[in-house]
Amino acid sequence: MRRSVSLLSAMVFGYAFLYAPIVLLMVYSFNASREVSVWGGFSTKWYGELLDNDAYLNAAWLSLKIAATSATGALVLGTLAALVLVRFGRFSGRLLFNGLITAPLVMPEVILGLAMLLLFVALEDLIGWPDGRGFTTIAIAHTTVGMAYATVVVRSRLAQMDVSLEEAAMDLGARPAKVFFLITLPVIAPSLAAAWLLAFTLSLDDVVVAQFVSGPGSTTLPIEVFSSVRLGVSPQVNALGTIIVVVVAVIIGMATWLTSRKQRSQP
Amino acid sequence: MRVGGLRRDWGRRLVLAVPYLWLLVFFLAPLLIVGKISFSESRIGIPPYEPLVDWAENGIAMVRATLQNYVLLFEDDLYVDAYIQSLTIAGISTLLCLLIGYPMALGIARAPEKSRGPLLLLVIVPFWTSFLIRVYAWMTILRDEGVLNHALMGLGLIDEPLVILNTDWAVYIGIVYSYLPFMVLPLYATLEKLDTTLLEAAADLGARPIRAFVSVTLPLSVPGIVAGSLLVFVPAVGEYVIPNLLGGGDTQMLGKALWDVFAQTRDWPSAAALAVAMLVALVIPIALFQRIQTRMEEGRER
Amino acid sequence: MSLAVRPEGEIRPPAIQIRGVEKRFGDATAVAGIDLEIREGEFFSLLGPSGCGKTTLLRMMAGFETPTSGSVLIAGADMTAVPPYERPVNMMFQSYALFPHMNVADNVAFGLKQDGVAKAEIPKRVAEALDLVQMGEFAKRKPHQMSGGQRQRVALARCLVKRPKVVLLDEPLSALDKKLREKTQFELVNIQEKVGITFVMVTHDQEEAMTMSTRIAVMNAGRILQVGRPHEIYEYPTTRMVADFIGTANFFSGMVEDSQNGQVTFRADGIDAPLVVSGDLAIGAHAAIMVRPEKIIMGREAPAGAANSVSGVVIEIAYLGDVSIYHVRLESGLVVLVTTANLRHSAEPAVTWDDRVHLSWHPGNAVLLP
Repeated sequence: MRRSVSLLSAMVFGYAFLYAPIVLLMVYSFNASREVSVWGGFSTKWYGELLDNDAYLNAAWLSLKIAATSATGALVLGTLAALVLVRFGRFSGRLLFNGLITAPLVMPEVILGLAMLLLFVALEDLIGWPDGRGFTTIAIAHTTVGMAYATVVVRSRLAQMDVSLEEAAMDLGARPAKVFFLITLPVIAPSLAAAWLLAFTLSLDDVVVAQFVSGPGSTTLPIEVFSSVRLGVSPQVNALGTIIVVVVAVIIGMATWLTSRKQRSQP
Repeated sequence: MRVGGLRRDWGRRLVLAVPYLWLLVFFLAPLLIVGKISFSESRIGIPPYEPLVDWAENGIAMVRATLQNYVLLFEDDLYVDAYIQSLTIAGISTLLCLLIGYPMALGIARAPEKSRGPLLLLVIVPFWTSFLIRVYAWMTILRDEGVLNHALMGLGLIDEPLVILNTDWAVYIGIVYSYLPFMVLPLYATLEKLDTTLLEAAADLGARPIRAFVSVTLPLSVPGIVAGSLLVFVPAVGEYVIPNLLGGGDTQMLGKALWDVFAQTRDWPSAAALAVAMLVALVIPIALFQRIQTRMEEGRER
Repeated sequence: MSLAVRPEGEIRPPAIQIRGVEKRFGDATAVAGIDLEIREGEFFSLLGPSGCGKTTLLRMMAGFETPTSGSVLIAGADMTAVPPYERPVNMMFQSYALFPHMNVADNVAFGLKQDGVAKAEIPKRVAEALDLVQMGEFAKRKPHQMSGGQRQRVALARCLVKRPKVVLLDEPLSALDKKLREKTQFELVNIQEKVGITFVMVTHDQEEAMTMSTRIAVMNAGRILQVGRPHEIYEYPTTRMVADFIGTANFFSGMVEDSQNGQVTFRADGIDAPLVVSGDLAIGAHAAIMVRPEKIIMGREAPAGAANSVSGVVIEIAYLGDVSIYHVRLESGLVVLVTTANLRHSAEPAVTWDDRVHLSWHPGNAVLLP
């Protein structure tokens, strides 16, 4: 089977390409030498320096707050949007709605960032809100982007859901709002968790939009990292990257373990 | 579900109104403002643009629209160059992604069913880790005194370090690396659905594997190819971080140019015109993507 | 044929009345003007091919669809505009629609909780309902831990526990395999007789409808073709469509030659001898005579004095074990199906391929269809 050998080598190359930089990044985070790519012995000193770096810590805290806020907003709005798209059938304005909800998925971030900024400036000019730029403006911008992704995730789960579950609940005497909270939400819960995590990650990772709509004193972690990395390599960033990779790996590992355990209990 | 009743109608309206209003205010309105400001005159001040409509004292509106910002885009070689380079770099990167991503997606789809999930997860995991830091990782690899040059010189393959960082090469590598998962996922989705009995039927009818691939697998995976290519091409055109960190002085891309005009020159109207120009280049791919996305979703919803 | 043979005579009040109900989806008409009355305690079936509007009609009784025009009355009260959660009917869904995140007891209790039944009473009623369907031991199971048959019982218990006026069943047995389906048919009927609640069932399976129902409405293209007890529908169909849809039928098209005293003499196309059948149609009317395959007597010799007799050649024999089906081609080219019971262990069938045979039937066993 000559073909499967070539397919296999293509896969090996692909995965190596995906993971080599991450592995190297992690290895060199334990490098004692400041010269990132020359091995100077094992050390954890960059982790120590990172934890002493108030700029990074403050930025990380702000980023986490923004990510949690915007992911929650994105989840609520995205779930509503998914309900509209899957359950409401045809209504006038559906085409526009569908276009607006999918466009952020493919809109270049610079355009989104600029557009958001111009809106906030115009709004402030018009009604005095938002007062300056910072947490609120970044959270709103991230909510809008996250909402589009959350919609995709929740929408596909809702579409697979057996509609007769909702009908059965209604038939048994539950009003529509009650049906939604007692039946629909629990059934699609895993997709809600996935949507929230996706929006959270996107927010935590965003440089471009945040750079447009952030103000003085509201530097997020990616903005902080970006500005230090532009000046050249920095071992602290290696340490930070390693921490992020480990945290993500642990979360994904746990999620996989949980779902596989759940599936095993279902014949 | 078609249930009448006044209460339900109100609930319905609320469910529809909240996300709809959000999108109108925080997505559509901003884009319209970008369009509006792209016709405004630039000025020094806050905000750094003249209002498009002036209300004179007698209540007559004075429209002060200008095409100056667009004219500038065509006259300044820098922007023309950025426009062309963005499209070229995005196009070539998309092609490279397809070349690397297709065999991977095919390999995963043909893998035993048990290992498909983990293999797919391995493609997605990097996407969940910080994009910025993964691009940074390439900086440490591609530098003149970076890991790659050390390794190559250590092996005696080269005497002088290869200059890769701060060239277009590094940008290609960065884009392909960052967007590869976006290519693999939709490709896998179509290839996985592909009925293997079709290939067996082709083989049974005398087609060699290569022939079967070209005449069965490839045509049937076109939706995945298109979706994946758009998911890579469109954001790559507007890419800002990668050309900034990996590209050189002569790597001009629209995303970077837009930020520079916006933040350094503080010429917001020109930045807005640049954004509109970028959208014009992307309107067809974005519309195409939306059509595919909608068709796939509606297919599932039916 | 029907299991559910019940005393006739006593006319009970209507459980469901459908009055001039029509339902259109855009340009498509799903239900085209239906009047129907289902009485208390009936096991009523809506039978028809897929897309005939039977499910839409059922969903209008449940309240999931609103009629475009006409009205739906349940227990005498107009329910046309009442939402499903306020109707005294409960539905058993084709997929059973058990809530996957609740165990069996919680599924069954769901409807009682919505009605605000006293907390102390709920466990008792849930247990009663589960015992009725013999699922008492499974109260703590989750839906995915049960077989299709068990899920079906839980779904039924979930309907019955609310003591509705009517239980609606949407293809209740289609998810089960054949053996289990036959067993469950009896169980469903037994439970229905025990609780005495009106059941309305949608099915496309005529055997299922015949076995279980007290009455059947045969539907096609959004209309009801005939309503009647199972044997009426089978033995005395009023249209060719019903005759064709229920069981197997032979049709002889032709013209009414003479008609008197409820007796019709019929000239079938391509057949020389006149056919006689009871009925009343104008002379010269185009019509058809329908004879069921098992009502036809087949022999090598021409029967003496039989009124309805035709002859032809055996072109095909299908041996099914209990019965054999013979395909006989008449001189006119018409192929007539004849079933004969295989009553003996005989090695050699009396009639075989290419044999010339005579077919006859009693005039009372044929039906004249306009």
